[in-house]
Amino acid sequence: MQDATPAQLETLKTADGTPLKDSIRKSERRARIRAFLLVLPLLAFLVITFIVPIMAMMGRSVYNPEVVNYLPNTAEALQEWEGEGVPGEDVFAALAKDMVQGREDRTIGRVAARINRELPGARSLMLGTARDADEMQPPYKEAFIAEDDRWTNPEFWGILKRESRLITPSYYLLALDYEYTPQGNIEPRPEIYQVYTDLFIRTAWMSVLITVLCILLAYPVSYLLATLPLRYSNLLMILVLLPFWTSLLVRTSAWIVLLQQEGVINDLLVGAGFISDDGRLRMIYNQTGTIVAMTHILLPFMILPLYSVMKTINPSYLRAARSLGATPLVAWFRVYFPLTLPGLAAGVMLVFILAIGYYITPALVGGETGIFISNMIASNMQGSTAQLRLAAALATILLVLVMLFYWLFNKLVGVERLKFG
Amino acid sequence: MKLKSLGLLAAGVMAASTVVANAQDQSLTIVSWGGAYTESQVRAYHEPYTEKTGVQIYNEDKSAQALAGIRSQVEAGNVTWDIVDMLQADAQRACDEGLIMEIDHDEWFAPAPNGAPPTEDFIEGTLGDCFVPSILYATMFAYNTEAFEGEGPQTIEDVWNLEKFPGTRALQKIPQKNLEWALIADGVDPENVYEVLATKEGQDRAFAKLDEIKDSVIWWSEGAQPPQMLADEEAVIATAYNGRIFNAQVNENQPFKIMWDHQMFEVDGWVVPRGNEDQLDLIKDYLYFATDTQRLADQAKYIAYAPARKSSVPLVSTHADSGVDMKPHMPTSPENFKTAVQFNTEFWADYGDLLEERFNAWVAQ
Repeated sequence: MQDATPAQLETLKTADGTPLKDSIRKSERRARIRAFLLVLPLLAFLVITFIVPIMAMMGRSVYNPEVVNYLPNTAEALQEWEGEGVPGEDVFAALAKDMVQGREDRTIGRVAARINRELPGARSLMLGTARDADEMQPPYKEAFIAEDDRWTNPEFWGILKRESRLITPSYYLLALDYEYTPQGNIEPRPEIYQVYTDLFIRTAWMSVLITVLCILLAYPVSYLLATLPLRYSNLLMILVLLPFWTSLLVRTSAWIVLLQQEGVINDLLVGAGFISDDGRLRMIYNQTGTIVAMTHILLPFMILPLYSVMKTINPSYLRAARSLGATPLVAWFRVYFPLTLPGLAAGVMLVFILAIGYYITPALVGGETGIFISNMIASNMQGSTAQLRLAAALATILLVLVMLFYWLFNKLVGVERLKFG
Repeated sequence: MKLKSLGLLAAGVMAASTVVANAQDQSLTIVSWGGAYTESQVRAYHEPYTEKTGVQIYNEDKSAQALAGIRSQVEAGNVTWDIVDMLQADAQRACDEGLIMEIDHDEWFAPAPNGAPPTEDFIEGTLGDCFVPSILYATMFAYNTEAFEGEGPQTIEDVWNLEKFPGTRALQKIPQKNLEWALIADGVDPENVYEVLATKEGQDRAFAKLDEIKDSVIWWSEGAQPPQMLADEEAVIATAYNGRIFNAQVNENQPFKIMWDHQMFEVDGWVVPRGNEDQLDLIKDYLYFATDTQRLADQAKYIAYAPARKSSVPLVSTHADSGVDMKPHMPTSPENFKTAVQFNTEFWADYGDLLEERFNAWVAQ
């Protein structure tokens, strides 16, 4: 039978008389819908547990509702004010009204706490005055100042006006060690408060270092695993996998037992006479501890993809290179190493991305010099002075950094070339 | 007729079954600090209360994050904590922010045995609008006697003396108290500590003093850590809560000694988060029971914290397990109280944000 021409296809019909093309389209659509329905649970899961919380976190990092919501009249009255000196009677009158309401609703403490973050003492000033606000008589400006002369502090009013915006970048500024002055300019924070940029940089370079250490340790091990006879390589594989299956906490505490000043390694060194009892080494609760423990914990994520790629490399390629005159080193560099790149790239991506957001190990063994930015995010979510919005800003920056890394990685290596095993 | 009685019977059965169900279902979730402290509350309050009423009590050891926890639960409208054990300073903040219930002390709590109303029986200045104290505790330095030949450190200045008393110091990873002690060690009169600390120069001075020992410091965050660090000799001197050290001394026979010089004392007690109003009767019933004179004195049988009611003080007796006389171990006993400094919650409510930020940056640098 001859192939049908396009014109003939147009007119081909199925048994029930509908054109074949329509019928195909219909069944294709049905298949697409079925496919979509199959991924729908995953999509819904991702949206609910991943996309929505991340969006909420990002929203939180710029949200600044206290002054607008709990001092509505004052916020409005301050719009008119130029920002020089002390505002006029109308602002004070609005504040008096808001304070009476705020005391009734018990919301005045929230504004006071918000402003107190910017200006210590603002809390007791606002709460103290609010306590008497319902008995105050106009003119309110005099009444407020009679109550407490700190009401003439122009800094307070500058801050109050600045914070009466619902959306604020100030948490991002803090997260990058910058701040608003009461006049509304952006300046670097005093050195004694600077901590986050250093921590971001430290997190990044320690993650790079841990990734490099993992490569150096994992490459020969993976090579051995891939080339040893099966009975030896199985044993070695168990040695890799056993720690991998052991709980993170157990492995981290094991390092504490080994490395602490009264720990196994120090005892051995003292016993062997290498160091004196007073000169015990500090190998934990600092950067060393974090690097050692995290390298150990993340090592399998480098070994496994490398091994799976090396396993597939045919040894005859190397033999061919040798027979064509390459030295072992050249053969390795020009033939073997490039073939392992997909596994290496996968390992680097796994280890680096896991490392940069690591929390529990630095928290336990990092002391003060070995903590990561994630530990600072956590500490901003706990405690009595928790700053959830600063934590959200820090977390958003970390997220952007990771995405930037992924993008760069994709440009340089190409994600489609990765082989995870 | 028959129908009606059947209906009555059914109603009766239903009523009876709800009563039974209630007695079984009733439970309180109480948040506290964990370790020896929760243990003392369980033995002094929870167990007798459950025995008396059948109400189940669940403990959560989350008090270190109490304020953040209450804040997020109240804001989310999903309050799972019925009663929270909290520091007075945090309770004041939570109260200002409208997160916890206001308390009518004379209505909620039992009078003293002599009839004095609670407002007169609790130690002055310790009742808050939303807060009732149960204990008075001290934070102070303690040391492992085996770490030093001869006398251990006796004063705050000795803590800073690295030559005479070498070794690691374990300090709590908060600015509170550390800054006060730094100033006292630097020669500031304890009376004026908070005045000095309110100024920029005073803050610089405190941090500069802490710089002197920073390289010899490890930081702790949970009350159970310092006794552990002292026992392991990871640290030779540590700040700690006096009850935890007492516990290690008496129950674990650790060679620890408390240095009472310039101990800082404050109260700790109960608050009720908003949002569990249907449980309120039960909560009030529990609090009435747990804050009466006898119960507060009972807690001092299990841990060396002083009861917050004056009428409880004479009832303080001996340790329940070891028979040790508790009176000399109380932070309020005259011998220990000589140089005591009262922790200023109002100061820290105002300056806490700023100093905490600076402290965290300083620690991480």
